[in-house]
Amino acid sequence: MAVNIRYLKDQLGILLLWTCGALTLGIMLMITLYILWNGLPIISLGFLSADPIQGGKSGGIFPTIVATLFITIIALILSAPLSIGGAIYMAEYAGENTLTRLVRFGADSLAGIPSIIIGLFGYLLFVSYTKLGFSLISGSLAVAFMAMPIILRVSEEAIKVVPESYKHGSLAIGATKWQTIRKVVLPTAIPGIITGLMLGMGRVVGETAVFLLTTGSVAQIPTSLSSAVRPMTVHMYIIATENISLPYAFGTAATLLIIVLIITLTSNYITRRYFVKLGGRR
Amino acid sequence: MKIWEKLVEISLFICAISSVMIIALIFLFIIYNGFPIIISKGLISFVFGGTWKPDSGVYGVFPLLVGSFVITILSLVISVPLSLGCAMLISEIAPEWIRNLLRPAIDTLAGIPSIIYGLFGLVILVPFIMNNLGGPGQSVLACGIVLAVMVLPTIVSISEDSMKSVPRELREGSLALGATRWQMITGIVVPSALSGIVASIVLAMGRSIGETMAVIMVCGGVAKIPSSLLSPVYPMTAIIASEWGYASGDHQVALFAVGIVLLFIIMILNIVILFSRRYNLKGHKV
Repeated sequence: MAVNIRYLKDQLGILLLWTCGALTLGIMLMITLYILWNGLPIISLGFLSADPIQGGKSGGIFPTIVATLFITIIALILSAPLSIGGAIYMAEYAGENTLTRLVRFGADSLAGIPSIIIGLFGYLLFVSYTKLGFSLISGSLAVAFMAMPIILRVSEEAIKVVPESYKHGSLAIGATKWQTIRKVVLPTAIPGIITGLMLGMGRVVGETAVFLLTTGSVAQIPTSLSSAVRPMTVHMYIIATENISLPYAFGTAATLLIIVLIITLTSNYITRRYFVKLGGRR
Repeated sequence: MKIWEKLVEISLFICAISSVMIIALIFLFIIYNGFPIIISKGLISFVFGGTWKPDSGVYGVFPLLVGSFVITILSLVISVPLSLGCAMLISEIAPEWIRNLLRPAIDTLAGIPSIIYGLFGLVILVPFIMNNLGGPGQSVLACGIVLAVMVLPTIVSISEDSMKSVPRELREGSLALGATRWQMITGIVVPSALSGIVASIVLAMGRSIGETMAVIMVCGGVAKIPSSLLSPVYPMTAIIASEWGYASGDHQVALFAVGIVLLFIIMILNIVILFSRRYNLKGHKV
């Protein structure tokens, strides 16, 4: 009898786990399909290429796409060198000491700082103190802080899984440490670093709170770094909550979702191939 | 040549330390700008004051603080069992092809921008709650559910990682002694991976408390301590984002002060995670 209860528990427990898995899959499908179902019919060439009319009631979302694109590019240009440099230091130079632990704690903490706080900080430092105003550049600078920890962590992992034998080979033929890193380690780690950049990009594209506090909200194509802009996420927030146009909010959401899904799924595909190839875990 | 090498090392070090400097700057700026109101109102009456009425210059953060905690706890109550179940399934039970289906699904959930979760909550969840359970719809419950879905990927991926790193020998030992798979999971895998699981939950808690855009659309925006699951709330993040647009003078300073409270909660959670990681490292030497 005791044996039977044991096996019954086993069956029930495992059934429960399968239910959790099915639920998770169901939730994911429900959300993505619902957004796409309501948004895809709105998306057309006109929607993607026209200016918003009457604050987004009709017309399109072209300026917001341009704003998101510019912000993403500028934020990555700003954060990539710092975070990849940091990753190289953490993976190749740093030993296990208080300083390294401090740096790792800093990166982890930065990743955990809520976006609204980054927004407040960005407002204070860029919009107000350095007088950059509500602008493309303020938004890009602030959101660069959000991309940094992701790029740093993923690149660090990518550099760490480069096999020691590669480095030893290079050092043995007389290359200096930096030469080894530049010519051997980095080329091998490139797919992993690209993944990090893409994940950072995904974070920037989907960010809203930071932009709400730093970019201003003018739905126009920016003419300079100091123009006020309205990224896609902010546009979507405004037209959905101010009851301007729900269908258009879905159209914007679907466009955003497609962009983010392409970024996430590609980067995960690269990661899996890369880490499996080098025999790391993941 | 030697100098060049040293120069490279120093500049890479500066890159690495920059995140620490940014954290320090964030603290400095937010505290400097929010502190005046805490001084003038007194720390106790600011943090534990029960009324938030910017029009009459009364700033008590307590209802917002409670709001943030209530929705966070609710989101964990919903999310923890679901995501741990999912993690156990992926790590212990599921065959390869199911794993290859579930992992991208979880990556997708992790990638969806928070504002889209907010939109989904506003259009589907809020009317559903209003029509079937009553109340205004924008409620603690709506926030809890939206946040639960948002933090699910965090808990699943980190706890799955730590379950996967439980040594094979432990599992095989328990199966060889005649344990069922369920007994192996609950008796061996979960206890061995416990520190990682706890870390994932604390991390999820931080994400939940700090989330802004998803909750701003479904919280209702009433700065009172919620009396039931169906009453509206105003979490700290949401009040900063939505009152920011028209706040000025003292009101703006008060919003920075709310930021200070939020920042301290997040840093405490970060320190907890730091220690649980350290414990984790020790645990793995078994």
